[in-house]
Amino acid sequence: MSIGQTFLGLLEATPRHGYDIKRRYDEHFGHSRPVAYGQVYATLSRLLRGGLVEVEAVEPGEGPDRKRYAITEAGVADVAQWLARPEQPEPYLQSVLYTKVVLALLTGREAAELLDVQRAEHLRLMRELTRRKRGGDLAEQLICDHALFHLEADLRWLELTTARLDELAARVRA
Amino acid sequence: MSAPLLVAEGLHRSFGETVALVDAALRIDEGEVVAVLGSSGSGKSTLLHCLAGIVRPDRGRVVFDGRDLVTMSDAQRSALRREQFGFVFQFGQLVPELTCLENVALPLRLARVPRREAEQRAGQWLERLEVTEVADKRPGEVSGGQGQRVAVARALVTRPRVIFADEPTGALDSLNGERVMRLLTEAARDSGAAVVLVTHEARVAAYSDREVVVRDGRTRNLEVAA
Amino acid sequence: MTGRGALADLAMGARMAVTGGREGWTRALLTAVGVGIGVAMLLLATAVPGALDARQARGDARDDLRLGEQVAAGPGTLLVHPVDNEFRGTPVRGRLLRPEGPAAPVPPGLTALPAPGEVVVSPALRRLLDSPDGPLFAPRLGGARVTGTIADEGLAGPNELAYYQGDDRLTDTSGATRLDSFGGGLPGEGLGPVLMLLVAVIFVVLLLPIAVFLGSAVRYGGERRDRRLAALRLVGADTTMVRRIAAGEAAAGALLGVAVGIGFLLAGRQLVPLVTLYDISVYASDIRPPTALLLAVVLAVPALAVLVAMLALRAVVVEPLGVTRRGTPVRRRLWWRLLLPAAGLALLLPVAGLREGDGGVTRWLVPAGAVLLLIGTVTVLPWLTDLLVRRLRGGPVSWQLAVRRVQLDSATSARLVNGIAVAVAGTIGLQMLFAGIAGDFTTASGQDTSRAQVQVQFRDQPDLAGVLRQFGGADGVTAVTGTLSAGANAGSPDGPPVDVRVGDCAALAEFAHLDRCVDGDTFLVSDPRDPAVVPAGTMLTVEDGSRWRVPTTARPAQARPDPAGWMQNAVLVTPGAVGPRVLGPLRTTVYLQLDPADPDAVEHVRNAAAAIDLTTPVSVLSSTIESPRFADIRRGLAIGTVVTLLLIATSMLVGTLEQLRERRRLLAMLVAVGTRRSTLGWSVLWQTALPVGVGLVLAAGFGLGLGAALLRMVQAPITVAWPVVAFSVGLGALTVLAITGLSLPLLWRLTRADGLRTE
Repeated sequence: MSIGQTFLGLLEATPRHGYDIKRRYDEHFGHSRPVAYGQVYATLSRLLRGGLVEVEAVEPGEGPDRKRYAITEAGVADVAQWLARPEQPEPYLQSVLYTKVVLALLTGREAAELLDVQRAEHLRLMRELTRRKRGGDLAEQLICDHALFHLEADLRWLELTTARLDELAARVRA
Repeated sequence: MSAPLLVAEGLHRSFGETVALVDAALRIDEGEVVAVLGSSGSGKSTLLHCLAGIVRPDRGRVVFDGRDLVTMSDAQRSALRREQFGFVFQFGQLVPELTCLENVALPLRLARVPRREAEQRAGQWLERLEVTEVADKRPGEVSGGQGQRVAVARALVTRPRVIFADEPTGALDSLNGERVMRLLTEAARDSGAAVVLVTHEARVAAYSDREVVVRDGRTRNLEVAA
Repeated sequence: MTGRGALADLAMGARMAVTGGREGWTRALLTAVGVGIGVAMLLLATAVPGALDARQARGDARDDLRLGEQVAAGPGTLLVHPVDNEFRGTPVRGRLLRPEGPAAPVPPGLTALPAPGEVVVSPALRRLLDSPDGPLFAPRLGGARVTGTIADEGLAGPNELAYYQGDDRLTDTSGATRLDSFGGGLPGEGLGPVLMLLVAVIFVVLLLPIAVFLGSAVRYGGERRDRRLAALRLVGADTTMVRRIAAGEAAAGALLGVAVGIGFLLAGRQLVPLVTLYDISVYASDIRPPTALLLAVVLAVPALAVLVAMLALRAVVVEPLGVTRRGTPVRRRLWWRLLLPAAGLALLLPVAGLREGDGGVTRWLVPAGAVLLLIGTVTVLPWLTDLLVRRLRGGPVSWQLAVRRVQLDSATSARLVNGIAVAVAGTIGLQMLFAGIAGDFTTASGQDTSRAQVQVQFRDQPDLAGVLRQFGGADGVTAVTGTLSAGANAGSPDGPPVDVRVGDCAALAEFAHLDRCVDGDTFLVSDPRDPAVVPAGTMLTVEDGSRWRVPTTARPAQARPDPAGWMQNAVLVTPGAVGPRVLGPLRTTVYLQLDPADPDAVEHVRNAAAAIDLTTPVSVLSSTIESPRFADIRRGLAIGTVVTLLLIATSMLVGTLEQLRERRRLLAMLVAVGTRRSTLGWSVLWQTALPVGVGLVLAAGFGLGLGAALLRMVQAPITVAWPVVAFSVGLGALTVLAITGLSLPLLWRLTRADGLRTE
């Protein structure tokens, strides 16, 4: 995720102090992984250098939180450009699992076993996410669903591969 | 560890030429939610039917609460299903002529509970499953999600010890499916019922405590340390 | 849409009627057989008047009754003497013939007149003569030789017993009629108004249910058909096309049914000659539905099928993803439903008396009223079902399931039950009428069968002793008395009439209460209703003009009805009092008592009578006169009702089975959740019993009303024929039980647990 554009987006509504930006960020996007203060100020100074934000006011006193940042016109343009640009879909063409399966087949190991273990692991994670989803608010639910759908896709692949293991084995060993 | 609630061992069952179950086994403890996963035609529905005493396996035994369902008479198994089990299917399970309230009250009435009391208890379950508004409608007049919630209410109304759910969200979109699953598992947990959940969808299976995979009629029981 | 497209749609529908695997075939066959049965019965009904007409025409062609007109003897004349009698309850038409010249007419069915001592018989009579029972009839032919068979055109029907016998002793003074040709007599009588009424009502009672049955037969497999139409919508058929396809399918099935029906009729009419009803038998070739009516049936039945299919489609919306019922059923309005029965009653009530000779409007009012009343059951029933069922609540689960099912679709159940209701209402009404009329007709005849069971009267047979000997020797005769009698007038030939009867004391005791009697006594008997005592010593003028004086020793005696029920002013004379004189032409009256254990005794008596005089009538006495034809009609109606109910029951059974099959998944699910099968079985029972019960209640009400109206019309006392009501209700109950019983095996099979395995 592009943390820079996210900060710009948070500043577009209203100028904020650094700690305010961090709090907002954690609230919406941090979830299990809050952003570090160091990361916040490093990012802000990068944006400042690029002319995308400016320091709107400096309050008297000690500490790094005296500056209030505001977005510049260039910054607004940057956010708009970022939002309008579609994300490159993940091609998922490099799969560790696929490599593992082929290797297992080549080395005469139990590939089905490997897939079952993987499935159980996927399901374990899905179960955990489902549990979190139950307790969580809408944001939490949407985030978990995103993960769940991806995991489900993996599981489908596992299912399909399991069903076609014999075919694959024949081809790999040919 | 306490004695399991429902244990199946060495189940074999074929329908004519088609072999549906081969040496299938399963155990379910009191109050747990077990997902039975498998692709279509894997034999998972047959496994559920055997566990619930709907279908008699060709070989093997199914022990519920210390009693073997396989050796029971038809009437005994009917009584067991009526009193100890609840059922949710994919669709077509509500009697179209009866109102939703009457549908939910049906298992109680079959168990000889007086109509007034049965309908009152049915009303409480409709409320618990957030479908009070459809009480007086017929199944044909409610949405799929509402219908499934009515079906869940009906499965729970007798306070069964096991609920058998066969693709309960199969005909629903994700949002309604999730809602039904949430209500089903929560309500089951609250009333202490175990759930056997047959599905081919991983996201539905994720509502379980543990899963059993059926492939080509065989069960694969992978216990992964949580 | 082009005409060609429309045709293609119809053809597609027609193909769909017969394709669709085993199930499709079963359905098509069911429809065809159902419609076929209905069509065959309709055609049979339309053929009945024609068959009776053909029979009547043959009867007219051989008519030999001549009233009044005298034909002079000539080379082209023939003397005919009817010698009709009976054999074991079946009438026998016999004619003695004597040609008076070479050009004498030959009756239809004969190629030449039988010579004296020869007889030509009908095939049925020939079979009788050739059978072991032949000797019991043969004496009545006077030893004549059978030389030929009467052809079909000379007989009323295939089972008629008839013969023409040559007899050169006939004279025109012995009671024979002189003819110069056969036929040309008075045309046959039409049906009287009462019979007209009966025929009309019977037709309605039997045909309306068949119409109802046809209506449901063309809808066999309806729900499945709807689903298929939905599939057609999915692949792009619009509603108009779907309508046309459905029409094509319905018409094709119905046409198949019409073909089957005509086949049934052709096969069935071969059986017709085997049946004799009300002494009537008809030839297979007589059963010929009039072309216009045949055409009407052939066109009307497919039209009805299409109409029913369209009406059914109107009630549902066929969408690509399935068929939904259109909204909630409308509340049924009562007023127009009551219109028909009210109009019927209005027509019936003013007609408070119906007698022969009532013509014109009255003649049509009654059948029309009866028909309207009966059709009224059809219109009122759905409303009544709805009304009664809508309020039902509670009860056990099986009851609840059944009630809700009927509530949801009371129209379908009512439709099926309509037929039963009409049939039962009509049956009750008619049977009530018959019971009433039968009471009317079963009157005491005044005949005393404890004294004699048979009376034989000879026209001119003074040899009483010989007659008594002849009868006394007949098998099964236990007692015989005989008297000779002549008509006389007191004083001059214009004096008051009095009967002179000669016989022994035992024989005379049948005509008067005699205190004591020895040969030589004479008794003066007067009829208390018309006392005209002839004083002793009166001079009597006997028929032929000879005179005889009543002895002065004659004593009065109290008259007694003779075994035939007659009482007359008479002079009873023992042979000793009249001496060897012959009193004019004497009639012989013989009373016989028969062995009740010998049912053929009367046949022996007939043979004995024929041995004395071939033209002598033999009367069987009976204390009551029950019109046997009403017994026959009642039996026929009962059979018709049972057959009709069977038809409708079949149709209901098919409906129930189909419904069960439609609901197999639901049934399997109900069993899966622990529903007892008995609960489901009971629910099927209630589901059938509920509408049938309502239908029967309504039918009983309307039937009793109709019966009362009909009885009032023929001026018979109104009595409720409870046995008929009980019979009808019992039949209804039996229908319900049969339908339930026959659907249980399927229910059992469908509720086997693997019913859930349908995905």
